[in-house]
Amino acid sequence: MSFHPNEMQRRARLASALLFLAFVFLAGSFFRTQVLQHAQYVLQSEENRLREVPLPAPRGVIYDRNGQIIAENLPGYSVSLLAPGVDSLRAALRRLAGTIALSPEQINQAIRRFRRAPNRPAVIFPEASFDVVSVLEEHRVEFPGLIIQSSPKRYYPDGPAMAAFIGYVGEVNEAELASAAFRGYKAGQQVGKDGLERQYESQLRGREGTRFVEVDARGRVVREAGARQDLLPEPAAPLYTNIDLDLQKFVVALFGDSLIGGVVAMDPKTGEVLALHSAPTFDPNRFIGGIPFEYWRALTEDQRRPLYNKAIKGAYAPGSTWKLATTVLALQGGVATLDDHMPVACTGGYQYGDRRFKCWDKKGHGSLTLAQAIEASCDVYFYQLGLKIGLSRLVAGGVDLGARERTGIDLPAETRPSFPSAPATDYYNRRFGPRGWSNAVSLNLAIGQGENAQTVVNMARFYSALATDGQAAQPRIVRGQPQRLTLFKLDEEQLTGVKKALAGVVQRGTAAASQIRGVMLAGKTGTAQSGKFRGSSELNHAWFVGFAPANDAKIVVAVMLEFGGHGTRAAHIASKIIEHYLKVQTTQVLNTEGD
Amino acid sequence: MSTTRRIADRPLVALAMALSVFGIAMVYSAGQTDVPTLVARLYKMQILWFVIGVSAAYAISRASVRFLDWVTVPAYALSCALLLLLLFVGAGAGTAASTKSWLAIGGVRLGQPSELAKIAVVLMLARILAERKEEPKSFIDLWRPALAVFVPWALIMRQPDLGTGIVFIGIFFAMLFWSGASWQLLVLVASPVVSLILAFSTGLWGAWFLVLIALVLWYRPYLVEGVAIVLANVVTGVVAPVLWDQLNPYQQKRLLVFLDPSTDPRASGYHVIQSQVAIGSGGWIGKGFTLGSQKRLAFLPAQHTDFIFPVVGEELGFIGVSIALALFLFLLLRSVRIAARSPDPFPSLVAFGLASAWFVHIIVNVGMTLNLMPITGIPLPFFSYGGSFMLSCWLAVGILVRISSEGRGPADMLVI
Repeated sequence: MSFHPNEMQRRARLASALLFLAFVFLAGSFFRTQVLQHAQYVLQSEENRLREVPLPAPRGVIYDRNGQIIAENLPGYSVSLLAPGVDSLRAALRRLAGTIALSPEQINQAIRRFRRAPNRPAVIFPEASFDVVSVLEEHRVEFPGLIIQSSPKRYYPDGPAMAAFIGYVGEVNEAELASAAFRGYKAGQQVGKDGLERQYESQLRGREGTRFVEVDARGRVVREAGARQDLLPEPAAPLYTNIDLDLQKFVVALFGDSLIGGVVAMDPKTGEVLALHSAPTFDPNRFIGGIPFEYWRALTEDQRRPLYNKAIKGAYAPGSTWKLATTVLALQGGVATLDDHMPVACTGGYQYGDRRFKCWDKKGHGSLTLAQAIEASCDVYFYQLGLKIGLSRLVAGGVDLGARERTGIDLPAETRPSFPSAPATDYYNRRFGPRGWSNAVSLNLAIGQGENAQTVVNMARFYSALATDGQAAQPRIVRGQPQRLTLFKLDEEQLTGVKKALAGVVQRGTAAASQIRGVMLAGKTGTAQSGKFRGSSELNHAWFVGFAPANDAKIVVAVMLEFGGHGTRAAHIASKIIEHYLKVQTTQVLNTEGD
Repeated sequence: MSTTRRIADRPLVALAMALSVFGIAMVYSAGQTDVPTLVARLYKMQILWFVIGVSAAYAISRASVRFLDWVTVPAYALSCALLLLLLFVGAGAGTAASTKSWLAIGGVRLGQPSELAKIAVVLMLARILAERKEEPKSFIDLWRPALAVFVPWALIMRQPDLGTGIVFIGIFFAMLFWSGASWQLLVLVASPVVSLILAFSTGLWGAWFLVLIALVLWYRPYLVEGVAIVLANVVTGVVAPVLWDQLNPYQQKRLLVFLDPSTDPRASGYHVIQSQVAIGSGGWIGKGFTLGSQKRLAFLPAQHTDFIFPVVGEELGFIGVSIALALFLFLLLRSVRIAARSPDPFPSLVAFGLASAWFVHIIVNVGMTLNLMPITGIPLPFFSYGGSFMLSCWLAVGILVRISSEGRGPADMLVI
């Protein structure tokens, strides 16, 4: 009988045993999960509930050579949104647009940022204004994924004075993210966009911190603080530059808003850049957090091209400032000494073949020594000197003097100066065709015209070699080991002679209006054809490159005034800069005509 | 029926009470989320249903076993009728919104008839199996009990409610076992289902087939039956892929996810993974009552119904889980003991059937929280929020109390 009590007892025991085993198995499974694998699941549970919110590190403060601040960080706010997916982000942004002004472009940008880094909060406003922040704080409850946090804002106390080299910071863009140089960067982060900010990005960046906020399954922020110990951002170390803020501001004031041009002032022995300016200037502070469209348009439509860096990007015919390169090549090659005369005396022009090459001074200079020719900037003398050196040596020597090389200044996007490449005949054949040119190109090259366009910074570098012993210093804005490179080798007598001749330019010659009392200023003016005309007369770029004191130079200054007319105007500015730097006074002397 | 034996089975009632209080506390905790939802208020409803359930249990414990016997056929017929009706007017609810498990009038959900049907099927099976004074020995003997289960089962599978369907099958086999059917017969009855599952691996299915043949030769059923079983296995093995295609995509997904939750961590596998994370992060003593972060932050799906056990695991840890499992185990052992003490086949089978229904619920529900079982929407007795289920659990308690009081020997105070 199946329902006999004994049978039932047997089945009950069997059933009880099976029950017991089943429950032991269950309990064992729980033991394994809860006790043995506890650590692993705790980790997962933490990952579940915590979202990482990046805490931007303050960028490194940038100082001038005297410890004055040229770039710092102000307290700012960024606004971002935590969302579990694109759809919910889009929905939240749409709702947000009902509370604050949010353009479709900003919405799309936030979504792009989110797609790039889905685990990070999508940045909506990298630099939110205080108005936006206060409105959002008021409506915070309605937007559970909203994260408002302090994010240091870059500030340049003397913004417009720094525009030529400081650069600015902005959000890393998609092209940058795709490049190898920006590996490890995430959408929404701020990066240096130009100038020092870009050049020294890796040092200025600091290390991003992390704040942990607790979210629920739908990505809504439940707790903002205390979910886990925050990892504090590590601010970057400060960056010390060679810039002399006082001098820099003086230079900028000197240019004011009316002059157009570029300046580089540096220590000829070390290459330390004391001041670097491009006029007219702009305010990099307005570039932070997105350039206002109106401002951007005003800058790009300005005929004077404020965004075009005239100190390191612009290349201009160097004009008579190049005559020193011709001089160096002649001395180095033993073609002439500083006391040699040329066969033809200057009568205001020089006949070469069927063409007459004019001297800037129609009255003529008569028969001059090389030293005198430098002082008077006599073109006729240098035409003959150029012919004597010969085209191939003029070109090859120019190349050796760095006429085709960037200076290597620590700024991004320096322009490479242009100059014929050696061998010269190949270059000219390529350029004009085998019969398209004559030896007359030597005449132009010798006086700094023709196929020659130099940056202001490269001229400063060349003159740093003239100011010292033939070694050019690599210009450096940030403090570092000086790098010097021998450009030419002249003996002591020749070097002194060249410096004396350059001092003569300021004492008696073309820049005599720009003497400085108590200090011997040496330098060379230049008035270079620009190829642009106003009416019938060609506009000229005004150059002056010089150094002081002549016998033991402490500063070399290159000034170029775009369409600035005569070189004496540039000389005037240069002497003011040097005077200010050396704390001495200019002697006002009557202006003598000259180039 | 002597009057002296009308003593409530105190250990059974105490266990059910403890489980209910524990369960209501967990429903309360499940509502304590950081972003409040409607679930926060549900524990009050659960208390109400608990009170109703206890009252119903008391009422039914006053009714004799003869009354149960008498009510079996009407209850069974009513259940089948309601299940049939559901196919036309059934409503979905909550996580099972697409199924038709709810009887609703004018949008007001009255309850899930399948809960009533479980008890009705237990009664009906008990009655059929008890009528024979012998254990079923052949397939011929099984056709009536099989039919009694098949009708409501098929109706429920049409809803579709896979979980409850599994409970019916569990009840069927458990009660056959209790009626004395030999294990070989049970295996042979179950064999087509095994073939269905193993058919997806030709090698496994081949091995199973050899075992089956050996079993047939050993048990020696009637020739026709033996041939029928082997044929049934062949047919199910062949149609398995076809049946697979017949399943809803979400059902297929659930089964696949059971095999490997990480295949779909965001959607179907999400529940299992989050459940395991909640349980695993509880550790020995848990995160504290109402303090589970997985639960608070709504990572647990259906945390007041199907996935309430992970809340126990997360907040009360392994200790809490062990206590809950121990209470369940004692409840089931006590029920088995009641079945064994019952002098008559009918009440004995009823007691065992009710216990087996609980057992399937517990094993499947708790098992799925650790991915030991595929996810089937099946609630945990006394814990999961739900009025009909609380009521049916306490009805079962009432019936068991009654059967216990009519049992052989004293209703001793020992648990087992």
